[in-house]
Amino acid sequence: MAKPWIWAFLGAFLVWFSTIVYTGGTGAGAILSAALSFATFSVIVGIGQMYVITLGPGNVDLSIPATMTFAGAVSMKIMDTQDPMILPGLGIALLCGTAVGIFNYALIRLLRIPPIIATLSSSFLVQSCAIAYGRGLKIKPPELLADFTTVKIAGLPLLALCVIALAAIMSVVLHRTVFGRSVLAIGQNPRAAELAGVKVGFIRFATYTQSGILAGLCGYLLAGFSGGASLNMGAEYLLASIAVVVIGGTSVAGGFANLPGLWGAALFMFLLVTMLNTFGLSAGIRLLLTGVIIVAVITLAGGRRNNH
Amino acid sequence: MKAFIPSSRILRSLLPAFSLTVLLIAIFYLQPRTMSYMGLNLLLNLALPIAFATLAQMCVITVNDLDLGIGAFVGFVACVGATWLNDTPVLGAGVLILCIAAYAALGALIHLRNLPSIVVTLGMSFFWLGLALLVLPTPGGKAPDWVRAVMTVKTPGLPATIYASVLVAILVHVALMRSAYGVVLRGVGGNPRAVERAGWSLLRAKMTMYSLAGFFGVLSGISLIGLTTSADANIALRYTLLSIAGVILGGGEFVGGRISPVGAVLGAITLTLAGSFLSFLRISPDWQIGAQGAILILVLALRVLINRAGSK
Repeated sequence: MAKPWIWAFLGAFLVWFSTIVYTGGTGAGAILSAALSFATFSVIVGIGQMYVITLGPGNVDLSIPATMTFAGAVSMKIMDTQDPMILPGLGIALLCGTAVGIFNYALIRLLRIPPIIATLSSSFLVQSCAIAYGRGLKIKPPELLADFTTVKIAGLPLLALCVIALAAIMSVVLHRTVFGRSVLAIGQNPRAAELAGVKVGFIRFATYTQSGILAGLCGYLLAGFSGGASLNMGAEYLLASIAVVVIGGTSVAGGFANLPGLWGAALFMFLLVTMLNTFGLSAGIRLLLTGVIIVAVITLAGGRRNNH
Repeated sequence: MKAFIPSSRILRSLLPAFSLTVLLIAIFYLQPRTMSYMGLNLLLNLALPIAFATLAQMCVITVNDLDLGIGAFVGFVACVGATWLNDTPVLGAGVLILCIAAYAALGALIHLRNLPSIVVTLGMSFFWLGLALLVLPTPGGKAPDWVRAVMTVKTPGLPATIYASVLVAILVHVALMRSAYGVVLRGVGGNPRAVERAGWSLLRAKMTMYSLAGFFGVLSGISLIGLTTSADANIALRYTLLSIAGVILGGGEFVGGRISPVGAVLGAITLTLAGSFLSFLRISPDWQIGAQGAILILVLALRVLINRAGSK
């Protein structure tokens, strides 16, 4: 398994190719451009989720959708369509994410409960806050933010380019910094990592907080991209954030992460939906096939056991 | 001296009953009219399907997995129940049996390929939702008369839901907590390697628990349409989170195969009542989910306190 991420890109290419064969070549570029735009959001939350999953079995952040919705709703309300408020709005969104991340870790630590339960319980609370706060209002994002999230340079979405850079940076952080290597070490063997002097508690805290921050960022950008925050805007990112990690070649047993794979998997997921839509299938068949293909891909991609 | 202080283990197992009692007293205090046959019946109307879904989730949690597709599955069963089971009972029953077999196969797949149950079951939730939409594209259908009759039967003394819940809780308790194979099944969650070395098949145990989960999922869907009389693909999507919350409230833990069937049923009833309690308090429905989260965190915190007191 030298380059596990190859498969994700190969899958994405195959799905894209079948789509344009079906359409007779029309829209090939447009589909790819749209795929880049939408995959961006899965990649942002995927990065946070990947670090969390790399911490080892049982580590997963289920509060990502709620955090996205909450950060999106709060930041849109604070900015109130005013361009000068874009940066403060971003700050607020990141702060929302940070708060949820810290709260998640506090629950894990203080109540000594598995992260799945901690992040699930906190997501209930956060979702309620988002509903109560953003009820019945659809505030448009500031024009500048909407432009930034949708503008394309030579057919390539600017936001996608930024997130490609972000993924590259996070890849360096993972493999070249003390923080990233500590995350990998904890995932491979928490006891050995602790004995080797890794501050396990602090690294886990930082990882959950980072996931919250990225979810906040994603909620902010997605609200800008889709013309405002909505109460179910995060819903599909529960599956997406976990699926891109697993399909992208990151080990679900922890300790091995793979950043390029996130992009391949995110493109694959979007192109898959596009393909099923292009084929003109009914909603029922589309959902059914999505489920079948996801389970099949996970079975093929995620079943590799680590021999260590 | 020690004999007079209940152990933390007993305190913990009493916690679900305690939470439910507190909630019931609060509801009776706020709305004394609920303290009647009719009132209890209305309050607990939807408790049974939720209790079945919670038991299904508990079976999966026993082997350290999590089922994020149970809500969609219950929805699919409801759709089959309101269409095929009514029109062509043999076909309907056959499909439902296939569903249970599908759950067993899911358990086998997750075990053999060492897959994360969260992702597989989340993927399956799309599958079930898609199937449900194919069976019943628009809300409707009709529950079979016998299901309707069973679910609306009037029992003397207390509403039927209460008798049914007690019966189910006792049956599952005996099967999982008191039987020899039940110990093996729970052992799979506690120490799979030890169970395997003792000569038991892990694969068989996982398939058993998953098919039990499928079985309870079917019961949940069928009992649900007995109450609602018609079905809809999205009818039970919220059961996924409710069932997980119910298991935790009932004292189940996510690792180690520590479960409590009686607690899970109590937890499901507590969650059913929590909604009514909040509306009696005139709390906006916006906070319904949040209140469930808060209750969960509160109960988990109480559990930590009890554990800490017990370890002193």
